[in-house]
Amino acid sequence: MPIWLYILTSVIKSIVVLVALLTSIAYTVWLERKVVGHMQNRWGPTRVGPFGLLQPAADGLKFLFKEDLTPPHVYKPLYIAAPLIAVIFALTSIAVIPFGNSVTIFGYSIPLQVTDVNTGLLLILGVTSIGVYGVALAGWSSNNKYSLLGGLRASAQMVSYEISLGLSLVGVLIMAGSFSLREIVDSQAGHFWGFIPRWNIFHGQIIGFFCYLMAAYAETNRIPFDLPEAETELVAGYHTEYSAMKFAMFFMAEYANMITVACLATLLFLGGWHGPLFGPAILQAILPLFWFGAKIFAFLFLYIWVRGTLPRFRYDQLMAFGWKFLLPLSLANLIATAIAVAW
Amino acid sequence: MISVHLILFLAFGAVCVAGAINLLAQTHPINSALSLIAVMAALAGEYLLLGAEFLAAVQVIVYAGAIMVLFVFVIMLLNAGVEEHTKGSRVAVLFGIPGMLLGSLLVAWVVLRHSGTEAVAAGALPGAPKTIGPLLFHEFLLPFEITSILILIAIMGAVVLASKPPTSPAGGPARKVD
Repeated sequence: MPIWLYILTSVIKSIVVLVALLTSIAYTVWLERKVVGHMQNRWGPTRVGPFGLLQPAADGLKFLFKEDLTPPHVYKPLYIAAPLIAVIFALTSIAVIPFGNSVTIFGYSIPLQVTDVNTGLLLILGVTSIGVYGVALAGWSSNNKYSLLGGLRASAQMVSYEISLGLSLVGVLIMAGSFSLREIVDSQAGHFWGFIPRWNIFHGQIIGFFCYLMAAYAETNRIPFDLPEAETELVAGYHTEYSAMKFAMFFMAEYANMITVACLATLLFLGGWHGPLFGPAILQAILPLFWFGAKIFAFLFLYIWVRGTLPRFRYDQLMAFGWKFLLPLSLANLIATAIAVAW
Repeated sequence: MISVHLILFLAFGAVCVAGAINLLAQTHPINSALSLIAVMAALAGEYLLLGAEFLAAVQVIVYAGAIMVLFVFVIMLLNAGVEEHTKGSRVAVLFGIPGMLLGSLLVAWVVLRHSGTEAVAAGALPGAPKTIGPLLFHEFLLPFEITSILILIAIMGAVVLASKPPTSPAGGPARKVD
């Protein structure tokens, strides 16, 4: 492949993936409002467009036109940098996520992925661990006690649960023998006894999946682990002092992180784009993308379902759960997987 | 021929040095901590360019992502204010800076002449996780495990030093440490 074609395909892929990610962020917000609305016996957004489908566009316009207020006693450089750090690192991790096998256009094989690095999973973990600074610095630079408490809670929680998150993934890594997300997905192809798919969740990693699920909810600061922004005690936590587009950036970062977590769960535990293929050739080409999207949708729906169902933890419960239950459980899962693979 | 690798290597190096100088020049502790994070991230870029992918990822995850979070955490909790800069001592200017330059020159000379280590071309080292794994868990297993025990002892020492003193034997109230 000539170098100019390589650059061209990379640019096109980056733009397509970024637009797709931003659109899915907007419609995840819509989905959440709609689903939670129905769970609470109300309609959710209905006014803007059919089924309220244009609500994200209206929200975006509103955020752009609102007054961007900066409180007088904030530490300005970091106050402005914090939402940028949060949103940039949340959007970066999508670059290494594969969406399907390669497609062949004009004789060139193009993988459906912005870039295939062989330490893809480590890169995502690194990028998400840097994202903590956005939240922590926002809390500190706002010069507000609620914000500071929210920022401290968020960073403590994210650092604690990162360990369980990492350990729950090691089981999958042992089974696949690679850090490359593409190879991990390829290792899950095929079926047991002809009908049960060989996804890692059915392949002995059910406890690993549970640990990942819990740790991921805590990492993305979602209910039942949303203590950093517990509105009954901390107003809005680390983003109390933010308004307009700066607030929207934190919002976008949260939903982008949710989508990354859903993508990782799909790739590592739910078999990625593998699913039943049938019909004519054109359908067979589209179906893997459809399966990938469907699994992500199911995972996001679970997120919203949990949000509409569970109350919030107390802070000591959160820490005790993370260190005394989840960490030993993921360690036990790791040891059991290692013994099973070695044997 | 100047390759893309070399340009990137120099760029990351420049970021690294600029971050380190900024770390010393800033008066506010949190700015210094953030400069240190930039230095560590740039170092990870250098590792990546040398072909040590695993080391680069671990550098970001452990140093930039975990240890520095604790640094920032402590600065936020203590709410350390702006530090005052002294005008600099005469001893430092007269002896410290020339001495440091001389020392680093000496170290560079010794390393280049007597260590027998060749300069490494960009991307020449095998740093993929598949080659690191057997090295860590097979050939260097004992040093690896001893290091982990050393770290464990350090953690326990920190816990012992930081924990509250035991209650007084007469049943009186424990000394408050806040």
